[in-house]
Amino acid sequence: MTTKTLKLALLGTALAAGAVQAQDVTLTIESWRNDDLTLWQDQIIPAFEAEHPGIKVSFTPSAPTEYNAALNSKLEAGSAGDLITCRPFDASLALYEAGHLADLSDMEAMGNFSDVAKSAWQTDDGAATFCVPMASVIHGFIYNKDAFAELGLDVPQTEDDFFAVLDAIKEDGLYIPLAMGTNDQWEAATMGYNNIGPNYWKGEEGRRALIAGEQKLTDAQWVAPYATLARWADYMGLGYEAQTYPDSQNLFTLGRAAIYPAGSWEISGFNALAEFEMGAFKPPVQAAGDTCYISDHTDIGIGMNAATAHPEAAKAFLAWVGSPEFATIFGNALPGFFPLSNTPVELDDPLAKEFASWRGECESTIRSTYQILSRGTPNLENETWGASVAAIKGTATPEELGARLQDGLASWYAPHQ
Amino acid sequence: MQIRRVRWHIVVFLAPAVLVYTTVMIFPLFNTLRLALYSRIEQERVFVGLDNFRRLFLDPVWADQFWNALGNNFWFFLIHMVVQNPIGIALAALLSHPRLRFAALYRSAIFIPTILSFVIVGFAWKLILSPIWGIAPSMLDAVGLRALFAPWLGKEEYALTTLALISVWQFVGIPMMLIYAALLSIPEEILEAGEVDGITGLAAFWKIKLPLILPSIGIISILTFVGNFNAFDLIYAAQGALAGPDFSTDILGTFMYRTFFGFQLQLGDPHMGSAIAGAMFAIILVGVCFYLFGIQTRMRRYQL
Repeated sequence: MTTKTLKLALLGTALAAGAVQAQDVTLTIESWRNDDLTLWQDQIIPAFEAEHPGIKVSFTPSAPTEYNAALNSKLEAGSAGDLITCRPFDASLALYEAGHLADLSDMEAMGNFSDVAKSAWQTDDGAATFCVPMASVIHGFIYNKDAFAELGLDVPQTEDDFFAVLDAIKEDGLYIPLAMGTNDQWEAATMGYNNIGPNYWKGEEGRRALIAGEQKLTDAQWVAPYATLARWADYMGLGYEAQTYPDSQNLFTLGRAAIYPAGSWEISGFNALAEFEMGAFKPPVQAAGDTCYISDHTDIGIGMNAATAHPEAAKAFLAWVGSPEFATIFGNALPGFFPLSNTPVELDDPLAKEFASWRGECESTIRSTYQILSRGTPNLENETWGASVAAIKGTATPEELGARLQDGLASWYAPHQ
Repeated sequence: MQIRRVRWHIVVFLAPAVLVYTTVMIFPLFNTLRLALYSRIEQERVFVGLDNFRRLFLDPVWADQFWNALGNNFWFFLIHMVVQNPIGIALAALLSHPRLRFAALYRSAIFIPTILSFVIVGFAWKLILSPIWGIAPSMLDAVGLRALFAPWLGKEEYALTTLALISVWQFVGIPMMLIYAALLSIPEEILEAGEVDGITGLAAFWKIKLPLILPSIGIISILTFVGNFNAFDLIYAAQGALAGPDFSTDILGTFMYRTFFGFQLQLGDPHMGSAIAGAMFAIILVGVCFYLFGIQTRMRRYQL
């Protein structure tokens, strides 16, 4: 008799525990943005939880370089979180095709985003969208305003201005003109080639033509940026070959360098470190009055793990991410990551405002290698890193680099064969 | 007629080790080799036989990278063999000198880097050699040799050698310790007998001690070989998975990692990755067999 009561009592508590669990759903977010942990914990998640009682959210980021590998293994093993921060293009597309990301095309919140914003998380034919766009990053140059004032320099508009400014800084000798190194390789491609390049290949026009096979990487507009990059070497610091990405950041924020080829994601970090006033200028055009093109790269989205146990709660969160409210919190808490939703967001940070203002003056595009073209082996993005470094170091001519990249691309990509 | 008893206690005592070893070593090893025979085509895993290996060795896209990594790996190994091991032996010979003072201090100091993490070693040396913050440029400057400084880790022609030397710095303690132990085990009587015959000092080292420690040197060589061909950590910590500049420091370990897990926009390919891992396994197996059957069996052993 007593054992039976005990059993009943145990059963009762088990059921009660189950009921509590059903009430309080906990969603886990996978992300590579470990820099943003406090922002999520202190601002974004409390704002969401206040509106949605019963849903708890926990943000569990991993290191950026390990994210893709770690996420893939977790998804294969079925231990990944409910919500998944999406890398743009193929990394996420592969997850969708493997059935790990749910199709979100019919979500109402998708109406808040432009087609370009969604393009990074769609199938090639645009039929299915599987991540809600969160933010983009804009490329340009951040400069030390105090140094410019001291040397009496103006912000360069054209390429000739740009090199004249660099010459003047070099002649003065107090500052390193350009804070960039080639040790980590990606800066040369991301902050070099894809920063200045869109002005040569005319943004989306060139990028789409390249994907369609109408332009080749050996064409003048794709080779010329390498020739320009080759000229940068003279203005980079001594021993730039072994200068790493954190080295460059430190050189600039310590006030030892005047210009930093940048992505807007640097803004919040630089605001915290630099003790001088900073400004930003967009990639210089070739001749005054030319249309300017900027790399406004779709960088972060968020999707739903198709195997999640709480699809309803996850969708509620995603719908909230698509709302203007989230865009305002996110855009201001993380200056430099610009929300992609159609509703304009008022930004407070002056540097971020400067970057965002270019969206009105220039044509936006995304990095040339990200959509479709880095799908095969050899990987065009990785090859572009190497090529940009080789251009700066002068170990190969721009024409050789163009030919090498074109050969690599043509070896697997049908429109170029 | 006596029935042979089954000796159950042997099975019982072996079981834990066999079970653990099978689950964490033998099964993954064979499963990796099996994985190398498949490929993923249109979301389906398809058996392709040895096609992955054909691509790895013959398709220029893969072969160029593979031979580059293999060549770099041999260079990495060569530096260890000609720098680390002779220095280790020399240090051991000095340390075993009976009249050396503070021998224990030197021994610990030289051995300490071995127990440091690769990440710390990679990071510390990157800072030391940094052209911007490093102490290497200013130290060279102090002796008037500033012109000799170059951003070694960033130059294609020096980066791999520099990393190999960093690894030598880290691991020189291991051959030193092993040889030191071997030298200590040489009985005094033999050396004294040699002295009576007029063999002292350096001659005693070359003619008596060295032949006696040759088996230890063989073991060290094979440990170095296996360690170097499995190396990955230091290159990854110092140069990243792309093993820059321009793949000049790419060794089989980094090549395998990049292929297996993917990198940046490059998606991971577990099947090609397994093929590379299989090739690494084969290279190490051949090397170890060559040593075991080709060298060790012919090595003369002396009864001490």
